[in-house]
Amino acid sequence: MKLLLEIAFTHILGRGRQTLVSIVGVAMGVGFAIAMAALMEGGQVDFIDSLVDTMPHVQITDERRTAQLQPAEVVFEATEFRGLRPRDDPRGILNPTAATASLRSWAPGDLAANLSVSAVVRFGGAERGVSVLGVEPRDLVRVSPIEEDMTVGRFEDLGGQSSGVIVGRSLAERLGADPGDSVTITAAETISRRFKIIGVFETGVVGTDERQVYMLLKSAQVLSGRPNAVNDIRIRLNDPDIAPAVAARAEEMLGYKAVSWQEANEAIFEAFEVRNIIMYTVVGAILLVAGFGIYNIVSIITHEKSRDIAILKSLGFTQEDIRRIFLTEGVLMGGVGSVIGWVLGFWLTVALGAVTLELPGQTTEPVNLPVIYSWLHYAIATMFALSSAAVAGYLPARKAAAQNPVEIIRGAT
Amino acid sequence: MSDAGRPPLLQARDLTRVLEETVPVTLCEDVSLSVDRGELVAVTGPSGSGKSSLLYLLGLLDMPTHGEVLLNGRPTHELSEEERARARLETIGFVFQFHFLLAEFTALENIMIPMRRLHRLSPNEQTARAEEILASLGLRDHMQKRPDQLSGGQRQRVAVARALANDPPLVLADEPTGSLDTHSSEQVFEILYDLVTAQGRTVVAVTHDIEMADRMGRRIRLIDGRVVDDAKNPAFKNPAFNC
Ligand SMILES: Nc1ncnc2c1ncn2[C@@H]1O[C@H](COP(=O)(O)OP(=O)(O)O)[C@@H](O)[C@H]1O
Ligand SMILES: [Mg+2]
Repeated sequence: MKLLLEIAFTHILGRGRQTLVSIVGVAMGVGFAIAMAALMEGGQVDFIDSLVDTMPHVQITDERRTAQLQPAEVVFEATEFRGLRPRDDPRGILNPTAATASLRSWAPGDLAANLSVSAVVRFGGAERGVSVLGVEPRDLVRVSPIEEDMTVGRFEDLGGQSSGVIVGRSLAERLGADPGDSVTITAAETISRRFKIIGVFETGVVGTDERQVYMLLKSAQVLSGRPNAVNDIRIRLNDPDIAPAVAARAEEMLGYKAVSWQEANEAIFEAFEVRNIIMYTVVGAILLVAGFGIYNIVSIITHEKSRDIAILKSLGFTQEDIRRIFLTEGVLMGGVGSVIGWVLGFWLTVALGAVTLELPGQTTEPVNLPVIYSWLHYAIATMFALSSAAVAGYLPARKAAAQNPVEIIRGAT
Repeated sequence: MSDAGRPPLLQARDLTRVLEETVPVTLCEDVSLSVDRGELVAVTGPSGSGKSSLLYLLGLLDMPTHGEVLLNGRPTHELSEEERARARLETIGFVFQFHFLLAEFTALENIMIPMRRLHRLSPNEQTARAEEILASLGLRDHMQKRPDQLSGGQRQRVAVARALANDPPLVLADEPTGSLDTHSSEQVFEILYDLVTAQGRTVVAVTHDIEMADRMGRRIRLIDGRVVDDAKNPAFKNPAFNC
């Protein structure tokens, strides 16, 4: 009712300074909540976007989730062996042609079948352990953003160049090799061949830039002495969200471990979860403190106005009326605080979004802090603030309403 | 004296109010009385005799330990808190020794508070009625003033005006002139007198002023929470009720 609202207003205005402090408390809580959520979710979305962009959505390797029995175990039926080295399966994924054909037939997206081999690269006196990936360049560029990371040459130039390699920039620097130089690559401890560096890439990921070497699939198969072998199938889906389902189906079908990008980054998602919990706890705590401020000021007002409460009751106001007056005061402070908090939060988000970062090891131009604008952040923060304010107003309101007017009138007389 | 067949406006039956303190305090004991429409009743007695306590019980502001209060013949002891508030809003006007006006509101706004709560008149009618009441109490020039801009007598008259806002048949006044000078006391008394004799309302007023009590229609004397004397004043005439 308008009358109750008017009375609530006079109370609040009569305590302008304290009211302002409580409102500022709520506004800061709401503002920080919005800005923090914008930043955290912004970072999260940005990170996930880059994961989805760069990682294979599903990666199938020639491992199995449950280790296959080693030949010795089969023969001797022993419970435990020591000192046995599990045998690598030199064949890689069985029937790779059939496997890829089947995957292509039902998994909506692109697919690349590769062979991953450990090797050593030598140039001059330098020597580095690397991971060679034998690829069909045309296929790989469909499942990986590697073409965008090229600093020298084009990735597709690898096609048809059976003695060409593409290396990471850091690797080239450490070897002291330049594009056009020939390096010696040794795999399987025996086979050595010379390859010419025909391209250089830089992804910004240190491990990749230092260790990854690309060559043609055929060359990798020859180098490792595993003709026709494939041990790494990468799928890029049209819809990254269905990756877990695709991985599960592929794993069931092929029997090999198929990992979705979500599974591969499980630890990171858990860390995000923990971070979000911490954030909401902090924001909740800020708003709780703001709630205490409101509780405090509404309590003061109920004491200060106890005569008014008594007289209103004698005039015929109900306890419910009195409760509403003070509840309104709490909610008003929470509401005004929230609205100011929106402005503050928006402004903070804009300011944070304008902050630029120079990422170390990145030659590209500085990037802005990723932020996200979502009305949901505003709604959640406001809901928190209003409920905290409502509770903070209700407690003293209930007490004030229950007070016996006779005692107050008698006391004042 | 009362209209044929109509129950008395206000009745108290065996009213007892005991405060449950460590040592129980009896504020009122076995008070029975009946007040008809058009009466102007003085409640007198020494300080601490329970006059205020009785008035709070009669005005449904406090609940008796035993006994009951009847308004228009209707028992009130089983009313809910809201119904009691409603009865105060519509039927009873309170005036206390201190004005208890809301400091942030003007005289006019203070008077409109009970009207706005009751919601029976339109906003325009409310304003018109409030102005009329204030004018009739000699406060035409003070309507837009806030309580701190008014004198003690003016404030008390505004408080009386507020008690009349919803046109209640019954006005309960607790030492309404107790904190006023002689001149203002006389003004307020005349207003209360008028409420009964000119407007046909019923007034029960606690007073210490013997001379004032003598000019009223009936005098109830309390000692230690009990009625020791209840006498009509044969000289009192109420033209509004033809008696
Ligand atoms: N809350 C209370 N605790 C103890 N005694 C009280 C309380 N309220 C009133 N009294 C006592 O009850 C008696 C009646 O009080 P009251 O009705 O105010 O008398 P009056 O209005 O005639 O002066 C007084 O003696 C007063 O001291
Ligand atoms: Mg008294």
